[in-house]
Amino acid sequence: MWIGGEELFALDEDGRARLRGQMVGFVFQSFQLLPALTALENVMLPLELSGGDGAAGRARAVLERVGLGERTGHYPRQLSGGEQQRVAVARAFVTEPRLLFADEPTGNLDSATGEHIIDLLFEMNRERGTTLVLVTHDADLARRCDRRLHIAGGAITRED
Amino acid sequence: MKRLALATRMLRRNWSAGELRVLLLALVIAVASVTTVGFFADRVQSALDMQANDLLGGDLAVIADHPLPPEVVDLARHEQLAIAQTRTFPSMVSIGDKVSLAEIKAVTTGFPLRGRLRVTAAIGEGDREIAGGPAAGTVWIAVALAGRLALKVGDTLNVGRAPLKVANIITREPDSVLDYFGIAPRVLMNDADLPATGLVQVGSRITYRLLVSGEHDAVQRFRLQVGSRPARGQRVEGVRDSRSEVRVALERSQRFLGLASLLSVVLASVAVALAARRFSQRQVDAAAMMRCLGASQADIFALHAWQFALLGFAGCVLGGAIGYGAQAVLARWLASFFTVALPLPGPLPGLRGVVIGFVLLLGFTLPPLIRLRSASTLRVLRRDLAPAEPLSTAAFVLGLAALASLIVWQAGDLKMGAIAVGGFAAALAVAAVAGYALIRLVSRLRGAASGPWRYGLANLRRRTGASLVQIMALGLGIMAMLMLTLVRTELITKWQQSLPADMPNRFALNIQDDQLADARRYFSGLGLFTPDLYPMIRGRLVKIGEREVTGKDYQDDRARRLAEREFNLSWSEELRADNKVVEGAFWKPATAAKEFSVEEGIAKSLGVKLGDTLTFEIAGSRFTAKVTSLRKVDWDSFKPNFFVIGSPPLLKEYPASWITSFHLPAGREDVVTGLVQRFPNVSVIDLSALMAQFQRITDQVSRAVEFVFLFAIAAGLVVLFAAISSTQDERVFEGAILRTLGASRRQLAILQLAEFLAIGLLSGTVAAAGAVALATVLAERTLGIPYEFSPTLPLAGLLVGGIGVAIAGLLGTRRAVSSPPLATIRGLS
Repeated sequence: MWIGGEELFALDEDGRARLRGQMVGFVFQSFQLLPALTALENVMLPLELSGGDGAAGRARAVLERVGLGERTGHYPRQLSGGEQQRVAVARAFVTEPRLLFADEPTGNLDSATGEHIIDLLFEMNRERGTTLVLVTHDADLARRCDRRLHIAGGAITRED
Repeated sequence: MKRLALATRMLRRNWSAGELRVLLLALVIAVASVTTVGFFADRVQSALDMQANDLLGGDLAVIADHPLPPEVVDLARHEQLAIAQTRTFPSMVSIGDKVSLAEIKAVTTGFPLRGRLRVTAAIGEGDREIAGGPAAGTVWIAVALAGRLALKVGDTLNVGRAPLKVANIITREPDSVLDYFGIAPRVLMNDADLPATGLVQVGSRITYRLLVSGEHDAVQRFRLQVGSRPARGQRVEGVRDSRSEVRVALERSQRFLGLASLLSVVLASVAVALAARRFSQRQVDAAAMMRCLGASQADIFALHAWQFALLGFAGCVLGGAIGYGAQAVLARWLASFFTVALPLPGPLPGLRGVVIGFVLLLGFTLPPLIRLRSASTLRVLRRDLAPAEPLSTAAFVLGLAALASLIVWQAGDLKMGAIAVGGFAAALAVAAVAGYALIRLVSRLRGAASGPWRYGLANLRRRTGASLVQIMALGLGIMAMLMLTLVRTELITKWQQSLPADMPNRFALNIQDDQLADARRYFSGLGLFTPDLYPMIRGRLVKIGEREVTGKDYQDDRARRLAEREFNLSWSEELRADNKVVEGAFWKPATAAKEFSVEEGIAKSLGVKLGDTLTFEIAGSRFTAKVTSLRKVDWDSFKPNFFVIGSPPLLKEYPASWITSFHLPAGREDVVTGLVQRFPNVSVIDLSALMAQFQRITDQVSRAVEFVFLFAIAAGLVVLFAAISSTQDERVFEGAILRTLGASRRQLAILQLAEFLAIGLLSGTVAAAGAVALATVLAERTLGIPYEFSPTLPLAGLLVGGIGVAIAGLLGTRRAVSSPPLATIRGLS
């Protein structure tokens, strides 16, 4: 398996971490924000880990973009589920990854909030030209994607 | 039995989870700390008990600070008891131009009535038991004196004016278990030679003892009869009730060691509480599943209780074994205090350790266990139920109550115990408040840090409770060590530096009235110094106002001693430079008035106020006068000072002995030799040797306490591991998230490092602040010197705390750094 020309399994754990930091973003079903950090700090974290400059400014800009410009100093427990997922989306986009994995991103949200998050995800995906890989059981959501792979028992069964 | 077998299997499976290891370690440390001191104290106690009979030298002793009335001796004869008498006092002894202070003991025929001395013909040769005491014309001397004066058997030793032949060297004397006063080694002589020495004079400090032995009933009758006619300055001591000052001092220091060992128990209890809570939290799911599979509440309880019991048993046995080994270290360090080999310890302290271990374990594990019984079966079906909280704050009450009763039990009495409980609670509370303030401060400052550093510091605040507990426990442990190492040596050095270079280093006492002019001439002839000589008259305080003075009226040891024994009184024309009147006015020179001036401290202890009248008795005659001033005395001047001074008209007529102090330059030992050769009755006490002795004793005792506090540091570290273990899952999860976001192993390690470095530095700050505060109080209140802040103390605290905790923390969180993220994230999603 190769990502961006690098063979994944030829790298060690730290090498893969570096690769993820440079090229890959993640959005999880259960948000996975770090509870000790504020919304802003959560978004800054990947930039700081890769040693980028101007982390605070860039993080603030992405949080504005996802509509959370007013809540940058809040901790995850002070935010609603939808807001937390928006922070997670901001965190995923802040490093401008070439590849974004979203694993059931609406699984823990009610349908209206889920709708908003998906809209946001697709909008930002278009703006930034990222490749979005989305895993879902929701057929309606899947239909909004350009390419659909059906997986069952660990194998691709169909493509449409 | 089935339950026990199942519990054993469950214990083995749960072992790898970490909490049980922490629990065991905490128990081991608590039990080891308590049993170390317990076993050691037991050895000392049985040495004292075994020697009690010998120690007294008879079945019963009548001890007095004046010659015993002949009626007492007649009473003993009447009961057909065997009798021996001894007189002990300090005096100089000499051979050629070598002199030394010695503790003379003159014994009559028959001594010792119980026990035997051991003697040798030459140092280093085998010793043998010997019956009786020295024959007339001979002395037996302690090994220390033989070494100091290079004496051999056959040499002639001058005791006062009498030349006496050394017949034996004493290797063991029945009535001294402790080599406390190595400064004045023993010279045993025959009572018949005493008059020839000329040492028994006015003002000589002699202790008179009448030893009796015989049939139990006769001894008891004698005791009753002597007891029925109490006399001042006279007391009766049996084998059982021997309450020598040495014994009291020993018991007090053992109690202190015992309380010091409790600091580790207190800290260990924090670890036990954390680990027990964590353990039962993890067991909730398993318990719910077992309930689904048909286990009764009693089954659940019994299975878990058995696991704790097995663990407790292992902890107590291991801890006891470590304690048994560690007491040998203590005994070796402190061995030089004892003239006899300490007997092996008995099993009781071990049992005591087991009780303490189990009380600790039960106090903190029973509440979560009881909650575990009622684990809801619904948990198995509905994973989204809030995680059960098996331990409420109220449940800690049982543990705290258990801990408090342990402390009271160890302290030996309710008042001391209550003070200790209060002290520990106050120390913990102060450390907690300081720790909390520091955590808030650091988390505010985290914005200045970046990346993993910031995240590590943020964790400190998020886990405020856990961080606080760690800072508190480690802070107290480090503080205890700082106090005993740096602060102690710093304070003693500062105090010694604060003393002037020409501070008196010798006391000469027992100069008689008729030797006064000669002594003055001798000193001025040397051209070295002109010492001030002060009269000293021994008298007994009998009344304050109209109130008769008895020892029973006083709680304070010093006051009781002064009420029961004789005072050293003095008279003076004018107020000395190292004395200051704080209340009233000192008499004018050449006054005709009869007045007293009292030192303010002793006035407070005895309850004497300005304007009170005091009645003293000197050699049978009584006189009364008013207290017209209270004085503050500078004891650090190392000059002879007196609690009670009279105006000359009041005391000048009484026979006095004279005392002085002077600074003897190094290499001028000949001054002392000359003085003693001219005035054989004069005793010279070497203050610098006394201070060196004092220093040696404090050094050894504090090394012992330091050793005990090592357990406290270990307990602090176990608290750290308990806290790490209770946050392990969180750390692994967060590590995985960070890995997904691109964090390297190094960055994860920095993150953990930041948190533990901060905890360590904050513990060090709390410890150093506490040590500085205590040192200031000690310096200013106890030693009377201003405390000079030195940066060594906080630096040492920060270094020890920062480095120690950072290393321990990194070791404890290896898993969070090294777990691959995939497994963790899969487990969560």
